[in-house]
Amino acid sequence: MLNKLQQLGAATIGTVQGLGRASLMLFGALWGRPRPVKSWPLYVKQFYVVGVLSLLIILVSGLFIGMVLALQGYTVLAKFGAEQMLGPLVALSLLRELGPVVTALLFAGRAGSALTAEIGLMKATEQLSSMEMMAVDPLRRIIAPRFWAGLICMPLLALIFNAVGILGGHLVGVDWLGVDGGGYWSAMQANVDFYDDVVNGIIKSTVFAFVVTVIALHKGFDAIPTSEGISQATTQTVVTASLAVLGFDFILTAVMFGG
Amino acid sequence: MTTRKLEIVVGAFVAIAIAALLLLALKVANTGVTGSDETYKLLAKFDNIGGLKVRSPVKVGGVVVGRVSDIQLDPESFQPVVTIEINASYSNFPETSSLAILTSGLLGEQYLGLQAGFVDETVTILKNGDYVENTKGAIVLEELIGQFLFNRGNS
Repeated sequence: MLNKLQQLGAATIGTVQGLGRASLMLFGALWGRPRPVKSWPLYVKQFYVVGVLSLLIILVSGLFIGMVLALQGYTVLAKFGAEQMLGPLVALSLLRELGPVVTALLFAGRAGSALTAEIGLMKATEQLSSMEMMAVDPLRRIIAPRFWAGLICMPLLALIFNAVGILGGHLVGVDWLGVDGGGYWSAMQANVDFYDDVVNGIIKSTVFAFVVTVIALHKGFDAIPTSEGISQATTQTVVTASLAVLGFDFILTAVMFGG
Repeated sequence: MTTRKLEIVVGAFVAIAIAALLLLALKVANTGVTGSDETYKLLAKFDNIGGLKVRSPVKVGGVVVGRVSDIQLDPESFQPVVTIEINASYSNFPETSSLAILTSGLLGEQYLGLQAGFVDETVTILKNGDYVENTKGAIVLEELIGQFLFNRGNS
């Protein structure tokens, strides 16, 4: 009984300590006078690694998810003679839910794990310590560019995902299954609201971007500096970030669309 | 890769993202095509508004000319008072016009149908804040069935 209680206490303290270290890391990385000119190449490099290199997987999965949504939705809607509602179905499910969430999950797998492994290996090979020896703050030089790159790139990737998904839905629905093309767009325009749906989706994916990037950076920065520790940290990044995204998604959906 | 090349690639990435946002804003959500934002308000009392909601469209012959902006209950007559905002480019409805709550399709959303009335020397044009006197409330299915049964019982 007492042992169980102790385990619970230890787990809680561990979680809180982890959160505290993550906040300290973020604070250390973002605090202070920004030097945009001097560190510009670092930021560009991270935008390329985090954003541009994730583009392919986002484009392909967005296209296929849009096509599958149209295909699945059509079979149900056709039973009620409501094929015209295919556009709103595809657009709303992508904008509100699938775009932000699937992008975040893919991003955690594609870019998050890479960030963790990179920073973890830097720690294991003592690159971070040697930076400190040279009076270069590793938080400012390593963490900050990666944080901003993740935070800015993911909403952009989610937007691209949404747009490609809607075009994919058009491809299957209109060009293949024969839904009226004008109806696809006009029903969509009648049912999608810019602020309620598009902007809320962007807010969602910004929150996810923050969560996923901070988890990935913190797990890497906190990794046990051995090969086993890095592999553990990378796994934890993907698992924790995915679970956090799904949890936050429920809360945000309840706040935005529940009432 | 040099910084310049990286910058070009990142710039292309951001440009694609902005194009996606424009597609979503203009083609999907249709924000830019709502016409001028200038509107004027009309009020109308109904017996029953059924499923009418704020932001429901106001249509003249199927063309959307405005939207419901507010629904209140009159504290004295206990009648719903609906405020509608009509696009300022349609500003010449006579006071003999009538409003009816209609349903699009069998199970569709409810909207307000505005029917323009006749014009002669004694009829004035509706201005901001005027009441539309001639209104017809929503048809409630239960009442309709009740009436039908009642009539059958009589005959």
